[in-house]
Amino acid sequence: MAKDDATPPQTLPKYSSTFSPDVNAEIRRAAATGIYDIRGGGAKRKVPHFDDLVFLGASMSRYPLEGYRERCDTNVVLGTRFAKKPIELKIPITIAGMSFGALSAQAKEALGRGASAAGTSTTTGDGGMTPEERGQSKHLVYQYLPSRYGMNPVDLRKADAIEVVVGQGAKPGGGGMLLGQKISDRVAEMRTLPKGIDQRSACRHPDWTGPDDLEIKILELREITGWEKPIYVKVGAARPYFDTTLAVKAGADVVVIDGMQGGTAATQDVFIEHVGIPTLACIREAVQALQDLDMHRKVQLIVSGGIRSGADVAKALALGADAVSIGTAAMIALGDNDPKWEAEYQKLGTTAGAYDDWHAGQDPAGISTQDPELSKRLDPVEGGRRLINYLKVMTLEAQTLARACGKSHVHNLEPEDLAALTMEAAAMAKVPLAGTSWYPGMSGGGM
Amino acid sequence: MQVLDLSEITLREANAALQNPTEGSNETAWEIVNARGSHAIAVGLDAPIDVQVRGSTGYYCAGMNAQATVRVDGNVGPGAGENMMSGALIVEGDASQYAGATGHGGLLVIKGNASSRCGISMKGIDIVVHGNVGHMSAFMAQKGHLVICGDAGDALGDSIYEAQLFVRGSVKSLGADCVEKEMRPEHLEKLAELLKAGECDAKPEEFKRYGSARELYNFNIDNAY
Repeated sequence: MAKDDATPPQTLPKYSSTFSPDVNAEIRRAAATGIYDIRGGGAKRKVPHFDDLVFLGASMSRYPLEGYRERCDTNVVLGTRFAKKPIELKIPITIAGMSFGALSAQAKEALGRGASAAGTSTTTGDGGMTPEERGQSKHLVYQYLPSRYGMNPVDLRKADAIEVVVGQGAKPGGGGMLLGQKISDRVAEMRTLPKGIDQRSACRHPDWTGPDDLEIKILELREITGWEKPIYVKVGAARPYFDTTLAVKAGADVVVIDGMQGGTAATQDVFIEHVGIPTLACIREAVQALQDLDMHRKVQLIVSGGIRSGADVAKALALGADAVSIGTAAMIALGDNDPKWEAEYQKLGTTAGAYDDWHAGQDPAGISTQDPELSKRLDPVEGGRRLINYLKVMTLEAQTLARACGKSHVHNLEPEDLAALTMEAAAMAKVPLAGTSWYPGMSGGGM
Repeated sequence: MQVLDLSEITLREANAALQNPTEGSNETAWEIVNARGSHAIAVGLDAPIDVQVRGSTGYYCAGMNAQATVRVDGNVGPGAGENMMSGALIVEGDASQYAGATGHGGLLVIKGNASSRCGISMKGIDIVVHGNVGHMSAFMAQKGHLVICGDAGDALGDSIYEAQLFVRGSVKSLGADCVEKEMRPEHLEKLAELLKAGECDAKPEEFKRYGSARELYNFNIDNAY
């Protein structure tokens, strides 16, 4: 071979892990626009999650229940501590707070229809309660938020429970923004603000500042509603042990902890990805706080943030939660990010599965929008049917796993039924690394 | 006059009596004695009754009030008249933080001074303060009127939306996007109406008007949050 014809061996082009293509693209975008990226959804980065846990199942020392026939209950009662009328749900999977404004009226109605038929609750969001969702929701949790948009005592009394929102997993310590393009006449009226302006949702409550104040605020809410309704306190996952302790001290009937994978309608990407801790990391800490106060199962714990399947439900319950809550997964069940809208996602510069501009009001699936034409694409009855099916599948999956572990109620699942596949998951969930009897941080160092 | 003595009955019993007045009864005058700084007195009322509170109250007096007129002859703690829908709360003394927070309607009168964050996130309520207000008053105020007959502290009207502020004394500083505005005849007329309702003899001509410059209404990089 002639020397001139030879192609010398070359080093392959190599992307930097630090300055990866997506990092570089964001630098260029920031340089071009001078504004940070706002989006919907929760953390997209890979974090330790329920996938990193497995159930051990029955074996020589454990006796399983027959997979399809033996009884395995799924009911849960929320608000047994102080409320005269606790909420009794058929399944331990609730629908998380999502506002009318962030979502279309059709989407809210579909959530109400699906949740009610499945025997579970749905939740209002910033902007108040709509007649559609109250009418379609057998169990409706009314969020009491810092903005107090649409907040009024009549709706408060119509609710089945009240959720005092201290924070969200997507943005612990942060507020929100509903951009002007989603502010229709109706949304503007409900929020007492002009049409078309960006609406800030405050990050802190206007009339209380700490757990001592919150205790008095909860007293007021109970006095206004005759001590009938369960009071939830929702926090973004950051300091779960102390937040749970303080919520119980403040008088909560139910504590809701939302991990960083929990979605939001609109927040800065930097906030979503860099503030808060994964869902997996907060359950055992919260449960420990309840146990230390002798309040486990007396004050119920709801966990949210990245719950997708019956396996996730069963694992959350095994770690000590009483119920879970879903938001993003419910939206996907309704049709969010469905590949059938791919051509339209492409026009928006994205692709099905990656669409997260929920704040922009252009959702091709007609869910995170106030555009009348787009909203029509979601049939509330069909959406409700899809949600029922999805909840049914999740419940069947959780039951299947519970039976395999020999449990006649999903609440009988326990940490001992689990093993971790990674060191990180073992440390966060405080269950042994598979094949060992040890997890990082374990007292005594294991066997 | 029906008397509720908080040294003899529980808060729950007192509020239940006020929240559920006998239908058709012409007994619309109530008196609460021995308030002793209790929290959540006369909250969630929804009937055209008159309630006179003797003494000072704790947090959230007359919270979420609708229709009722509540008078307190002492001072009120934080969050008095919070999220009021209609009716009135008249305080003879001073008010602590967040008076009238998020109120949607009705009238709050404070004859003494109000502390910080008076009228925070107000959504339609009218507030008349005979004395001074503390810092961050009318923060994110959306709708309604705040009349301050004395002085205002720092950052008055920060991030204000469409509420209107009237101040007779000095303003230590204005918050982001809050500016002085022209006082036109319709504003003087409205102010006179508010002062009269607020049992205040100040003259409208002595006040300045403040409101939103509306420069933060749409997101931009300087509007960092």
